[in-house]
Amino acid sequence: MSVKIADVIIIGSGIVGSSAAYYCRKKGLSVIVLEAEIIGHGGSSRNGGGVRQSGRDARELPLAMYAVKHIWPNLKEELGVDPEYMQKGYLVCGYNEEHKRGIENRIKVAAAAGIEMTLLQGKDIQEVNPYVSEHVTCAGWTPSDGSANPLTATLGFYKRARELGAQYYTHEVVVKLQIVRGSVKRVLTEKGNVYEGSQIIVAAGYEGRNIIKTVGLDVPVYPRLVDVIITEAAAPMFDHMIGGMSGFYGHQTNHGSFVFGNSTGREQTLGCYADKLYSTAYNPAFICNTVGVDIPALKPLKIIRTWSGWIDMCTDGVPVIGEVKDLPGVILDIGSTGHGFCPGPAVGQTLAEIANGEETSVDISKLAYERFDYATKSKKYYA
Amino acid sequence: MRKLDDRNIDLGEIIPELDDHIIICRCEEITKGEIREAVHMGMFTMTEVKRLLRPGMGLCQGQTCSRYVRNIIAKELGVSPLEIEDNVARPPMRPIELQVFGNEVESE
Repeated sequence: MSVKIADVIIIGSGIVGSSAAYYCRKKGLSVIVLEAEIIGHGGSSRNGGGVRQSGRDARELPLAMYAVKHIWPNLKEELGVDPEYMQKGYLVCGYNEEHKRGIENRIKVAAAAGIEMTLLQGKDIQEVNPYVSEHVTCAGWTPSDGSANPLTATLGFYKRARELGAQYYTHEVVVKLQIVRGSVKRVLTEKGNVYEGSQIIVAAGYEGRNIIKTVGLDVPVYPRLVDVIITEAAAPMFDHMIGGMSGFYGHQTNHGSFVFGNSTGREQTLGCYADKLYSTAYNPAFICNTVGVDIPALKPLKIIRTWSGWIDMCTDGVPVIGEVKDLPGVILDIGSTGHGFCPGPAVGQTLAEIANGEETSVDISKLAYERFDYATKSKKYYA
Repeated sequence: MRKLDDRNIDLGEIIPELDDHIIICRCEEITKGEIREAVHMGMFTMTEVKRLLRPGMGLCQGQTCSRYVRNIIAKELGVSPLEIEDNVARPPMRPIELQVFGNEVESE
């Protein structure tokens, strides 16, 4: 057993944990990062790489917009690793009235936040992307969206934070938080090690739920499995993100391969859970099918790999970010609901600002932990 | 704690070797020197090296180079290759066309 002490203990080394470590080090705080598996094991490495503002909940939109404006464009220089960020737009395809209404709703949310998003119809769609099938009758086009490489972005933050002196420990499974004199202060691990810090950041995805339960907190998150397919490298065809109202999303990477994700929504009924990270038998086929229908030009490309990951679904669709009013010492980021990659670095910066006792650059009041607390209290009062 | 779980162990300066230019992953054209550099950047596992540089992400999915990559990482870290966990194999076993994969029909 050993006791290690730092200003900030971060649980989870994904894009949020590692960027928080990076920003904490820049502010001069000492940092220990604890990771249960290897660096970026969770959703940070297992996502489609969309750096997207459109189609987001208005409550979390400021974080995504801040990241797109202030963080993503400079990351290559800051980290010394290329996160392959491209701001070339996002096209979302639909082919019936329901899809069109869905796109129009997204345009309304985007317009309210000042993001340019337009509805394309007919030949205008092929003008943006000539490979899209003619059966796609409506599409939403957001020029300020883009894509990045989740693998190099996450590892880039890790590499830079480590260079700046953040201490990383992998395969260090956290089993318990401990309250000392009214404030969360200690982290106990499976191996019997103890870590002490004046601020504990929990950025461990849905596993964070079990960790915060040990100090009496809870956030309603549950994991959902999704699959992704990777094709062989092809000559450059288009450089923007593309998605379908049929659920698929993806893009062509710098490398030339296409990455596409989707899920049928039947994972849980068929017994697929995040503790068994297997590719499902039917999701990859479903992705190929939906992609082939909307972009027929990709049909002859060969699939060389499929992989799966899990989404930390929060029941109301946005994460819990920030401090807990009644329990000092713990800072939460939990339940990104499948769109946590793009705002990830902004969340990391926000958590570092909170840990340093500063005013946050982005308004996160609508993502507070208490939004669930109030709900339970009001039930108690009126039941 | 296992030695490799502490990511702050001192590996010392990276010393250039005569065969650093040799290509280890032929599908993605990754050299021995690049893999050694990645280890010094903090990538202590096969998966992390793969995610940063792409060895094993090409057409053969690491069937040719995995052993070499593993040995290089182990030598750089000063441990036995047995301590380095192998890459994860994923379906499909062989490259398969998107239109074939997406055309599954239920059997009678």
